[in-house]
Formats: sequence, structure tokens, C-alpha cells
Amino acid sequence: MRRLAAGSQLLAPVLLLALVGVLGSFTSRSVQFQFRFALVMATIVIALYVFIGNSGVVSFGHVSFVAVGAFAAGLTTVPEALKLSLSPDLFPLIAGAEVGNAVSLLLAAAVGGVFALIVGAPLMRLSGLSAGIATFAVLVITNNVLRNWEAIGPGARTLSLVPESTGFLQATVGAIAVAALAFAYQRSRFGRVLRASSDDAAAAQGAGINIYRQRLLAFALSGALAGFAGGLLVHLLGSITTQQVYLDLAFVTLAMLVIGGVRSLWGAVVGALLVSGVNSLLLTAESGLGLGFAELTVPTGTRLVTLGVVMALILLFRPRGITGGREVTLRWPG
Amino acid sequence: MTNVLQTLIDAVALGSIYALVAMGIGLVFGVMRLVNFAHGELITAGAYALALTNHLPLLVSLMTCFAVVIALSLAMDVTYRPLRTATPTTMLVTTFAISFLLQAVALLAFGARGQNVGVLPELNRAVSIGDLRVRWVTLVSIAVGGFLLGATALLLARTNIGLQMRASAMNVQTARLLGVRASTVIRFAFVLAAVLAASATVLLTVQRPLVTPSYGFQLVIPALVGVVVGGMDRLVSATLGGFAIGFTAAVLGEVLPADGRVFLDTALFLLVILVLLARPSGLFTRSRAAWERL
Repeated sequence: MRRLAAGSQLLAPVLLLALVGVLGSFTSRSVQFQFRFALVMATIVIALYVFIGNSGVVSFGHVSFVAVGAFAAGLTTVPEALKLSLSPDLFPLIAGAEVGNAVSLLLAAAVGGVFALIVGAPLMRLSGLSAGIATFAVLVITNNVLRNWEAIGPGARTLSLVPESTGFLQATVGAIAVAALAFAYQRSRFGRVLRASSDDAAAAQGAGINIYRQRLLAFALSGALAGFAGGLLVHLLGSITTQQVYLDLAFVTLAMLVIGGVRSLWGAVVGALLVSGVNSLLLTAESGLGLGFAELTVPTGTRLVTLGVVMALILLFRPRGITGGREVTLRWPG
Repeated sequence: MTNVLQTLIDAVALGSIYALVAMGIGLVFGVMRLVNFAHGELITAGAYALALTNHLPLLVSLMTCFAVVIALSLAMDVTYRPLRTATPTTMLVTTFAISFLLQAVALLAFGARGQNVGVLPELNRAVSIGDLRVRWVTLVSIAVGGFLLGATALLLARTNIGLQMRASAMNVQTARLLGVRASTVIRFAFVLAAVLAASATVLLTVQRPLVTPSYGFQLVIPALVGVVVGGMDRLVSATLGGFAIGFTAAVLGEVLPADGRVFLDTALFLLVILVLLARPSGLFTRSRAAWERL
């Protein structure tokens, strides 16, 4: 019975994601994109949560896994001739690779996971701010290399004509699958051990826990999920540049996670959907938002200011996040 | 030989500016354990203040710059007050959100195209020393940087408020029990950080006169990295870290071959990672701290 109650903690995030997916598919075409985008952002934030939420270590570097995932999935689904016209110096292996949508997503996850494992192997020995800055360094290096090395990608140019296969089904199922994996990890022996070590590092080490190995596992898993989310992203947008998966995305996703509540999956989902929702609402309001009885129009350019104010206020007055970092357990009445 | 010397002088000048920024970040971190991402927006605000008062007499323009930066810094002090009990992660992300907000405000108010600052253009003239051709601003940066860093160090070492700041940096709880007013000390740290930031702004705008909403943000990121690499726990090591990153970036810019120069960031941040791995608690600190928490 207790196991059932604990398992039901996955229910709330899954239901919320499914609700967004179903509701979104009934809206107009332009709004639909906003809903799908919110689901992809939620996927990225859940990936981020798997590492930060369980280990208590801040990482600015996860967007580099999103970036390599996005370019891996994008480059393997664009026709060869087009790739070579965009970037003639491309390695033959990359230029010749052409796979379907599903395989490209798995490939994105694999690339993200392997990259995270390689990067994490030295970096997971660090903690605190040093770890934060080191992962930030990874983000800068990844961006710098992707932007300037034209043998592995389009460089500073836009990678376009990627099949736009992230419809509602793919966005919703993708987000829910990642949430389920994140939940399975957090309930597993490994997830519990890592959480214990972030609560009290000394005690965990005393109990024989190898914190380094546990962190590395979480880092690689969340890197794979972030890579997968990158694949969803590129198939949503249809085109991508290196600057779209850099500082702005890194900070916005981190803010979403903290706004929701770092320590719970529920917080990750709520934070991502809430901030995306506010952003979309403001975006719509800039072009006139019909409220039935009145029309609200926000002056162009105020969207970012309003979004900044909202984020700052929540952070200042709910420092533990909206959910307080707790999961919700749904119970049958009575 | 002349080339080497030229490179070194330029590198020291850039390092001095970064050191001023780093010391400001380190001062606030010391008394509050808060990494202020929005420190860069102090510089942006100062630069816009200079740009908007271009037509006024130099002294008025400079005074406006300092006043605006100090006022904004005091506003940040008030805003961050609820954070004093928050976790380090929340603190970090909140200061980022404030930085994001201020950049959005600047974008709304002044647009993305950028404004020109024309303060002290005569500092861009070069002076010849033997075979060397050095711009005045380079020499002034080194002199002003050295003076301000020295003055701040003296203030911390010799004055009462400086003593209180050092005490708070070492242990806030104990300092408060001994009668140190935490709010006063924190406010003073924000003012000092603002003075350093405004000075850095004036020096920087001479060399990079085009001010955009992300002007200070671009500067504060490497400075912040430098602070952590140098060692956050002591002001001296944090400042040296800021200097080191500016110095290294300038030297790398000269040493790298022309076609490899686009990879400057990669080289610089690889170095950052290597230093962090070798000395996690800071390049210029004595001890290796055990597990610390962010």
C-alpha cells in the first residue's frame, strides 16, 4: 500500500504534462507551438533536475548536452546534399548518416549521455561553486567548438530543414517518458543514495557511499535525458543555431527549476510549465489578448521585463520554490 | 622582446580592470555568501549614465556615473535582503534573474543598437616609450587599478568598518554576537563594490565605447569565473583570480595562431577546468577544502 502511495507521486507530473498536451492540441495553430515548446522545455528541466535535484550540485553545463543532442538529431535527419552545401568540410561519417526520427532521438540521447560521462569523469570530483563554474566552462567550450569547427556541424550558420516531427504526440510522450525515467531513478537505490549524500556528505561517506561514482551516474543519466530533449527541440523548431542552445537557455531552464522547487520532480514540471506559460501569455498579449469582455495589449518589449519581475518575485518570496521541493501524493477520497 | 613587453603591459591593464570587478564581487560574497551575477549591470548602468551625460562637463558626467552605480547597488542590497536565509542555489539564480530583469529594462529603455560613450577620448592616444607604443588608458588602468585595490585593502586592514567586514567574512554568526551590525556591514560592502565597479566602467568605456544592454554581463562572467578560480573565500585570492583571468585572456589572444584565435574561449576555459581540478578551493589559497556545498 505504501509503495502504491509512493508510486502515485509520479501521477501528478504525468497528468499535468498530459493535460498540457491534450489541451494544447485543441488550440489554434500559432498557440499550439507554444504548448509544444513548453513541453520540450519541461523535458529539459526534468533532465536538469535528475542531476541538480538529487545531487544538490548546481550545473550550468547541461545545455551543452542539449546542444550536442540537438545537433546530433538534426544532422542525421537532414539530406546529405543539403548538409554538404551548408558545410562542405563535414566529416564523411556525419555527412553520410541519415536516419529516421525515432533513431535520431535515441542517437541524441546516446551522444548526450556519452558526452556527459566523459566530461563528468574528471568534473564530478568537484563540488560547490567550483563544480558550478567547471560545468559552466564546459558550456562555453561546447558552444565555442560547435560554433567554429565546421567538420562536425554547420558552425555559425543555421542548421535548417530538419523534419518538424515533434508534434503533440512526440512532445507529450517524450516529456512523460523522461519524467518516468527521472522518477524511476529517484526511487531507485542509486537515487536515494545520492540524495542521502547531498543531505549529509560526511555521514554518507561514513556509510560507505562513493559520492563521486553516484554523482557521475546521475550526471550521465541526466546528460542522456538532456540530449534526448535536445533532439525533441530540434525536431520542434525545424532549424537551430548554436546561440539558441547557449547562455540564455542555460539560465532560463535553471531558473525554471529553482522557481518550481529544485528538490522534486513535481517542482521541475511545475516550474517549467509555469514560466513557459507566463512567457507565452505575455507573447500573445503583445499582439493583443482577447479576454472576452476586454482586449489587453501589452506594449512590445515589456514581455522580458515582466517575465524578469515575475521570476525575481517568486525567487525572493518563495526561495524554496513554488512546490517547496515536495512531491504531491494523489489520494482517493475517503 | 618589445612585442613581449607590449603584450604584457596590455595584459596587465586588462587584468587590472577585471581585478576591480572581481574585488567587488568578492567583497559582497565575503559578507553575505552571495554571488552577485547582477554585478555586471552596475557596470552597464554606469556606462549608460556616461553615455547619456556625454554633452555635460566631464566632472558632472563622472559624478552621475558614480551616483547611479551606487544607487543601483544600494537598491540591490535592499532587494537581496529576503535571500539572507535562502540556499546558495536560490541566491545564485535570483541574482541571475535580477540581472536578466535589468538587461530587459535596458533593452526597453535604450534599445539593442547601443550607445556611444565619449568620455575621456584623449586617453586613447598613444605614448611612445622607447620602441613601445602604449595607449594612455593602459597606463591609467594599471595606475587606477593598483591604487583602488591598495586603498580597499588599506580600508579593510586599518578602519573599524573594515575590521567588521573581515570579521563577518570569517564568521557571520560570531561577528553578530560580538556586536557587528550585519546590515551595516553588508550595505557598506555594496557601496564599496559600486565604487570599484564605477571606476572599472570609466576605464572600460574608453576602450570599448559602445554600450549595449549586455555590456556588463559579458564582463562579469569571466570576472566571476576568475573569482572562483582564484578562490572565493579570501578577498585577495578572489581579486588575484580576476586579474589572472583578464591577464590570461589578453596573453592568449596574442599567443594563439591567427586561425586558432576563434578557439580562444576553448583554450581559456580548458585552463579554468584544469586549475579547478588541481586546486578546487582556489589557485591562490593555501588549503584544499574538503566537501563544500553550493
